[in-house]
Amino acid sequence: MCHQSVGLIQRAIEYTGITTVSLSLLREITEKIRPPRALFVSFPLGYPLGEANNTELQTRIIRAALALLSRTDIPVLEAYSL
Amino acid sequence: MARLEDIDLAERLFLKGYPFSRYAPRPGDPVSMAVAPLRKPLPQCKVALITTAGLSLADQPPFDTRNRMGDSSFREISARISPQMLEMNHRSWAFDQTGILRDRNLVFPLDRLWEMQERGEIGAIAPRHYSFMGSIIGPSRLIKESAPEVARRLAADQVDIALLTPV
Repeated sequence: MCHQSVGLIQRAIEYTGITTVSLSLLREITEKIRPPRALFVSFPLGYPLGEANNTELQTRIIRAALALLSRTDIPVLEAYSL
Repeated sequence: MARLEDIDLAERLFLKGYPFSRYAPRPGDPVSMAVAPLRKPLPQCKVALITTAGLSLADQPPFDTRNRMGDSSFREISARISPQMLEMNHRSWAFDQTGILRDRNLVFPLDRLWEMQERGEIGAIAPRHYSFMGSIIGPSRLIKESAPEVARRLAADQVDIALLTPV
């Protein structure tokens, strides 16, 4: 349900003119909600930024998510590759 | 990798039967179809975090984990706090909370944003960030009230980018 909530909040924010991107741990749900931009990360539920205390991995995931902001083929659901 | 099969049977059956298509984008619904292109380079952008991890500060009321339809409220989190100060109240036990308890950056990466700002990768960090509790089965209040209110506050803070994280 978190993924639906994220998608609904994301749209409300995008509607005010702020560019948004979300992470997704459950591709099946994000495909149904279709937020404007999402990065699918293949980690367990509860681990959207990958690993606890892994600064480098967390930073790489944020960079990959922010890289989707320049895409024009909306909706974007890209998979993060390790 | 998280798949629906990882979630316990009762929750999985619920998700399989849940009418997600009701909340898919519809041409008649401008909010669901909204697209706001990025207008500035990242190093000039102000970034905010939004999470549905149910995080809150000790002086804030915790989320209502007993409401069966879900608690649609949100908590405002100042950029000045350390993420590790955040407490977690989440209704869902469908996910492993131990990682987040060790490192809140796993879902609320405020420390990472400060580092990126210091390196000049992003321009600024929003003064206010927001936390929801995600297990919202009846999202009408979320859609009508709390999500638009957070969006208004982000706009008032002249935020350029919102990064959203589920659990």
